[in-house]
Amino acid sequence: MTKIDKLITISLWLLPAIVAGQGLDSSLLTKPLTDSWPTYSGDYSGKRYSKLTQLNQSNVKNLTLAWTARVTAGAGGAPSGPGGGGRGGRGFGGGEQTIVGGEGTGEAVGGFGGGGANIKGSILQVNGILYVSAPDNAWAVDARDGRVLWHYFWKTKGGTHIGNRGLGMWGNWLYMETPDDYLVCLDAKTGKERWHKVISDFGEQYFSTMAPVVIGNHILVGTGDDLDAPGFLQSFDPETGDRQWIWYSVPMKKGDPGLETWPSLDAARHGGGQVWIPGAYDPETHLYIFGTGNPTPAYTAGNREGDNLFTCTLVAVNIDTGKMAWYYQTAPHDTHDWDATQTPVLIDGEFNGRPRKLVATAERDGYFFVLDRTTGEHLLTTKFAFAANWAKGLNDRGAPVRDPEKDSTVAGSLVSPTNGGSTNWPPPTYSPDTGLFYVPEHDGYAMYYLTETDPRGAMGLGGKEELGVGSLGSFLTAIDYKTGKIAWRHEYPGSGGGGGGSSGLLTTAGKLLFGGDAGGNLVAYDATNGKPLWHSHIGQISNAPETYMLDGHQYLLTAAGDTLYAFTLY
Amino acid sequence: MVARGKALYGVQCNFCHGSDARGGEGGPNLLRSQIVLSDQKGEAIAPVIQNGRPDQGMPKFDLTAAQISDIAAFLHSFRVGGYDVSRDRPPSILVGDAKAGESYFRSKCASCHSVTGDLKGFGAKFEDPKQLQQTWLMPGGGRGGFGRGGQAPALNVPPTTVTVTLASGQKVEGRLGRIDDFLVALTEADGTERTIRRDGDTPKVEIHDPLAPHRQLLPTYTDKDIHDLTAYLVTVK
Repeated sequence: MTKIDKLITISLWLLPAIVAGQGLDSSLLTKPLTDSWPTYSGDYSGKRYSKLTQLNQSNVKNLTLAWTARVTAGAGGAPSGPGGGGRGGRGFGGGEQTIVGGEGTGEAVGGFGGGGANIKGSILQVNGILYVSAPDNAWAVDARDGRVLWHYFWKTKGGTHIGNRGLGMWGNWLYMETPDDYLVCLDAKTGKERWHKVISDFGEQYFSTMAPVVIGNHILVGTGDDLDAPGFLQSFDPETGDRQWIWYSVPMKKGDPGLETWPSLDAARHGGGQVWIPGAYDPETHLYIFGTGNPTPAYTAGNREGDNLFTCTLVAVNIDTGKMAWYYQTAPHDTHDWDATQTPVLIDGEFNGRPRKLVATAERDGYFFVLDRTTGEHLLTTKFAFAANWAKGLNDRGAPVRDPEKDSTVAGSLVSPTNGGSTNWPPPTYSPDTGLFYVPEHDGYAMYYLTETDPRGAMGLGGKEELGVGSLGSFLTAIDYKTGKIAWRHEYPGSGGGGGGSSGLLTTAGKLLFGGDAGGNLVAYDATNGKPLWHSHIGQISNAPETYMLDGHQYLLTAAGDTLYAFTLY
Repeated sequence: MVARGKALYGVQCNFCHGSDARGGEGGPNLLRSQIVLSDQKGEAIAPVIQNGRPDQGMPKFDLTAAQISDIAAFLHSFRVGGYDVSRDRPPSILVGDAKAGESYFRSKCASCHSVTGDLKGFGAKFEDPKQLQQTWLMPGGGRGGFGRGGQAPALNVPPTTVTVTLASGQKVEGRLGRIDDFLVALTEADGTERTIRRDGDTPKVEIHDPLAPHRQLLPTYTDKDIHDLTAYLVTVK
């Protein structure tokens, strides 16, 4: 970097602070959450904990709907695209201009499942404006009444449209990943496109869903892939969209660390480990800590014997250099497509009698971990999903040891959890007030049948048939991070456990815990014991609830499919 | 046409059926699906796509016949390396010991079931042993439903029922509809549907799950138990 470039970069980095009131003041990102929601997890810690107390246990029963708004995906306000009959409503207030970009034909419109938009990501709230996303679509929405201010639509070339996890913001610019593997930069004021850049190879079956995470002048971008391609995390320049660095989650050449955990370089280079959920960031150490996805081929693993580093691993990367500082593999040699991409949570708290800087994670495979976040030192492992039966115990590093008997077999192997996992991407939350780590837990069983007996195995997620057989329950589970033990479980009612909460979680200093249940209720629970205190039946919550202060009132915001719901106290 | 189909497939089908159509998150391999194999231009896959398979967790998709025909063109464009009939017909799952299965049945199942009573001819109802295995593990099926072998045979699985004791002491009973922390919905014997508010432990709600014993057995099986019992039950003709 030349001196002049450096000066420009520094001055641009300072820009957000200068234009505060319009753009995002980047100092918000490292402060406790109050009047904004400026990044995926609210702040960098991954806690999804708000300091706000206006809304609390004594008054949450008075929480009331402030507004609701339905967003419409696609090129036009009126449903005119293919199969548009079921698309339904216009944006609340209507009349907004849709700005159209993209490299595709626009033939494939709408969300996964054939319906309209499905909001599965975090919503940014900055200076009274909400920034909302769904695959190929971004909206700016007035946080005071739900009016759509602008709508941006990206004409796709295709790619898996399973979800978009949200937007990133730097000053006046927004960043969105598209399923067909572009990073799109938008003007937050107008929704107009500034540039778009290719972030991964569409032909190699990559698809991109992650919410970009903005740290300093780095835009962190991950991708997904279900077809034996290497995973990576990249950092882009917020102004130019040029790549600053790339970190691969599998060895890509001779001499790369971790290669000894693969039978061959070829296996490693096809080994997966996708980075598709944002991590947490520790400003003191400049370490960005995130989880990587499963190794591939996911189920027919005979051609990738070994631990398969750095798949299913918690990784700390220095944000300035892109170099790995430490790693801890939570699931050596996964054989069930259980990504370890759950949001890690940074906890400053006591452990074994002394204050420590920790990172905790509850994984899809049913295990809970606590590490020292500055060194990666392993401190604790427990099994939080009681039914999980795929491991034979823990190794000397504290990681679960896979039981090969529980791999997919021709005659069928009865395994818990199901492929969906004991938990999944919906984010957990941690409250410093209770010292509890909250996570949605599901204890289901499935038969895993091997259908590909060719010794070459299958590609990607193929070669197996996974058929559910039943459940022992779904729970809102509170874990004491100091011991890893379950403090309490709130069981979702129903026969065989009924349905679990499918949404992510939020805690507040008002001793409240928010989440959605399978019945379609947005629920406020007592964070100390899981007792429901308030609810509203608004439909299946599709993201994680968020909260912020606006005009002196605390708001609770969530999405159910294509509709936003904002609640407040009057 | 193939390119259009690929784009549509990517958006709508990729996640469940995999980008190579050989199976993904929950959805089966399409390349060896009999429906796909017998399909020419989308005519055979259209009803499945447009109506979904709610019992197997597949949603319906709002796609036109022309779009489905594009998707079919994309699916039919695959030339899977080494594809052969053996891939379409994986080896039999019948590896268990029927004798050991019979003794397992006597010790764990016979308190509720009899092969000369309610399970008479059970093995003859299934063409595919995998379907039989899934069915005895959890009659009525869990997530993912049944794979190969066509429709599941009709079984007499009693419904989950619920008894609600109102504050007045009156008991309301019926087939369980839905339940969450805030309400319970049921259908009484005469067809009356009722939705009753719940507030903590009031009113008292008791769920009667006829499959509870099947659930309780799940953590106790070894895979050998399962395979042995399947090997035995296919002989119950």
